[in-house]
Amino acid sequence: MIEPVRGLRISVEVNGESHERDVEVRRLLVHFIRDDLSLTGTHVGCDTGNCGACTVIVDGVAVKSCMMLAVQADGSKIETVEGLARNGELHPLQQAFSSFHALQCGYCTPGMLMSAKHLLDNNPEPTDGEITRAIQGNICRCTGYVNIVEAIAAAAKGEVK
Amino acid sequence: MSETTVTPDKPITVDEQEVAPGFIGQNTPRKEDRRLVQGEGVFVDDVRRHGMAYVHFVRSPYAHAAITRIDVSKATELDGVYGTLIGEEVAAETDPFFQIAPPPGGDLKDYALAVGRVRHVGEPVVAVAAATRELARDAAELVEVDYEPLEVVLDMERASDSATTQLHDEVPNNTIWQGNFDYGDYDAALAEADKVVRIKRLHFHRFSSTPLETSGAMVEYNRGTGQWTIHSNNQFPGFAIIMMAPALKVGMDKLRFVSQDIGGGFGNKICTHPQLVAMCLMARKLKRAVNWTEWRTDQHTANSHGNERLFLDVEVPVRSDGTMLGFKARMIDDCGAYTRYEPLGCIIWAQVTPGCYRWRNVRVDFSQVCTNKSPCGPNRGYSRMQHLWFTERIIDIVAQQLEIDPVEIRKRNYIRAEEMPYETPNGCVYDSGDYARCLDEALKLVDYPSIEQKRADAKSRGKLLGVGIGSTLDSGTNNFGQSTLVNPELQFSGNNEVATVKLDIFGEIVVTLGTTPQGQSHETTAAQVVAGILKVSPDDVNVRAGHDSYWNSHAGFSGTYASQFAVTGLGAVKGATDMLAGQILQIGAAVLGAESTDEVELDGGFVKRKDNPEAALPFMACGAIVNANNAVLPLELREITLNCRYVYVPPHQMPDKERKFGNLTLTYATQIHACVVEVDPETGVYEIVDYGAVDDCGVRINPQIVEGQVQGATAQAIGAATHEIFTYDEDGNLLTPNFYDYHVPHALDMPPLKTAYVESPSPFTPLGAKGMGEGGGAGLSAVASALQDALRGSGGPIVSDSSNPYNTVWDLLRKPEVSRELVEVEER
Repeated sequence: MIEPVRGLRISVEVNGESHERDVEVRRLLVHFIRDDLSLTGTHVGCDTGNCGACTVIVDGVAVKSCMMLAVQADGSKIETVEGLARNGELHPLQQAFSSFHALQCGYCTPGMLMSAKHLLDNNPEPTDGEITRAIQGNICRCTGYVNIVEAIAAAAKGEVK
Repeated sequence: MSETTVTPDKPITVDEQEVAPGFIGQNTPRKEDRRLVQGEGVFVDDVRRHGMAYVHFVRSPYAHAAITRIDVSKATELDGVYGTLIGEEVAAETDPFFQIAPPPGGDLKDYALAVGRVRHVGEPVVAVAAATRELARDAAELVEVDYEPLEVVLDMERASDSATTQLHDEVPNNTIWQGNFDYGDYDAALAEADKVVRIKRLHFHRFSSTPLETSGAMVEYNRGTGQWTIHSNNQFPGFAIIMMAPALKVGMDKLRFVSQDIGGGFGNKICTHPQLVAMCLMARKLKRAVNWTEWRTDQHTANSHGNERLFLDVEVPVRSDGTMLGFKARMIDDCGAYTRYEPLGCIIWAQVTPGCYRWRNVRVDFSQVCTNKSPCGPNRGYSRMQHLWFTERIIDIVAQQLEIDPVEIRKRNYIRAEEMPYETPNGCVYDSGDYARCLDEALKLVDYPSIEQKRADAKSRGKLLGVGIGSTLDSGTNNFGQSTLVNPELQFSGNNEVATVKLDIFGEIVVTLGTTPQGQSHETTAAQVVAGILKVSPDDVNVRAGHDSYWNSHAGFSGTYASQFAVTGLGAVKGATDMLAGQILQIGAAVLGAESTDEVELDGGFVKRKDNPEAALPFMACGAIVNANNAVLPLELREITLNCRYVYVPPHQMPDKERKFGNLTLTYATQIHACVVEVDPETGVYEIVDYGAVDDCGVRINPQIVEGQVQGATAQAIGAATHEIFTYDEDGNLLTPNFYDYHVPHALDMPPLKTAYVESPSPFTPLGAKGMGEGGGAGLSAVASALQDALRGSGGPIVSDSSNPYNTVWDLLRKPEVSRELVEVEER
């Protein structure tokens, strides 16, 4: 009988920093990011890929990191919320979320920001409809989304105080 | 019968107080945001300890069954499994949780894990702890539990039949509580009526706000001191400690509750004490820190649901002009399998007995039953939302039957601004508000004069347009004395909250709160109040993030619930800051050689002589003198600490237990919503095409934050009205245990949402503000109202349920006579 492979060594680049780790093959990417790399900004809100709190960007693609195994990310470049601010300066999206009160409890915010960043990386001048569609995979239970859409639109237009 | 307008003999007022100047009413940027947008918040699952175990609960697959055998041996043999906990151990080591209900309802036994019997699907039966999350789950699979299934009780109307199986041996007829409420003179009102509208049945459905962060805890046990530190997202530690300490047979001080950031609560994180006790026992047994993070499925199947309620045999005496004289109804509340916070829901509704209306004669037979469903508990708008939806349904159904315009009938029956403060038939005092004006503003938001034209336009496209109104009150700062109306033996009353404000050695202003915010921006609004009084910038005020019951800012009712921070939390902050300001002035006067504190003032972080602003003492010097250089102070100033603690206690009094009469809460914020829907008559699919929400919460401390609460609460109400429902199959399996089946609003589901504000300051609160976070319930009423209006020409069905997914609307369209038969009008 062939023993199943239980662990693998993977290497990933997260927010520009290289990491090499042994991981169980069944470990979800989100638990790898949170528990192994201690990047706890990425959150878990459901078990089914519905809520988007765990959204990160993997090789330029917005991914729900609870829907991907850590071993599948081997060799990839990952962006998480911790990589948005640079040298103490908030990313325009982060500043916009604050200015427009687009967050209350802040639990969905990291995933929402990463979906928004993915949108603006690929479509710098989105319409409100495009913004709404871009965050439809991210659930927020606090805000009703009104201010989130406004914040992303303002960040895209560079209208953030 | 009694008069329609009643003003209390002795209006309750507080002393005229100066409203804090400075930053009240400003959109001060949130202090919480910088960490949260960078993923640097600390939520409960972010807290780690060396060697920490992960706990997974084995849960019941049956809605009702006897447990005949539990075998954990295969699980504990697994490498990396640290241990287990079963019901028998819990029953041996703890006492059952304290019950709010009087006997016999209060005789039921509720433990941290199921003991001998399971009573709902998802009930925790065994806890398993292991080195990783995955391993704990693997081990849970290896736990063997044998069950003997019992008859399942799901029908709340039949739960109390004598032939129905009992869930709890101690609770006859599955009836947790029953009581009669009789206000005014209902019989006289009935005799005087020109018409009587009777509604056989209305149903308010089961749902919850499902916070995105599930419940959880990281618990450590200090063997040397016998003290637990409970890092959790419990939102009412005051209540949790009162429940847990007696169960664990320890003093309150052995339970230290800590939280920083909480990912939404909405009331659903109040009743986590059973799981927290299981975690305490595990931490003590395993001699290591333990983490428990609830899975989404577990939150849906076994966390607090909002109370499901039936309104039966409703009777409304009406005058020909649409003036309603009151109502009579039989109400049944389903609390699920265990009581926990219940049966408080049996009295909380009475805070808003007549809703927004001048109804003086009310007779209610209220009972609460248990069923084999998840336990209920507070959920945004707790118990009032159900009742207010009922009052709004009455209004719209009567309007339809009497063919009176829904706007006109509301204005005829609304309590009027000039009647404020208004005493309701059961002795509650509505502090302020102008409902008719709020309604006018809401109608403006949806351009009401154009509705008929829009209706015609929709018709030309084959759609049915309807407009609906929802009017609710968000009652806040409750008087826990109302608990004595469900159980006269209880020793709870009033309310309190604490804050400390200090000036430290280097001039740092430090604030601690007793609250457990979950997104309500307490750090920000507290800083606004402190800065206004101390004449500094909110940036200069350091409000500690989160809650720690070992700080000196914890009181019996500390927590964040029941729409009260703007009153109790900020009342405490204001009180402590006023004390600190007085002390700083005393030090300043002494150092600057002033005769009295009248000769000095605070300005920009200094105490200055009014007659010579150049003579100024910086706060830093004040802090340093008192804390680290106090031998220079004259003896009479040595009592000054610059560390001020204030307990805000609202002016509540004991209600009359016999009459169930008294003021049950301090403030009433108003919400009037208007909703416009377009229904496809072929399918029942509908879209909310316009929506206006008007809120009046008195003085708005931070308007942007208030608007955020209004938008979020409205979104939750729209979600609950349209899609969200906890529904069970005939075996008691929850059919909506995840976000696939339980559809909460996504960005694409949100209608255009417009907001407007009216400010009627509360005469009863320190800042004129009112709690306002729970005011979304109006949306449930507005959607039901709009659907009934849209379907007027399609057989005139009655919307009798708060849950109106497309298939329900389709049923109403196909068989309007079914719901019409629920209503009859007796002409006198």
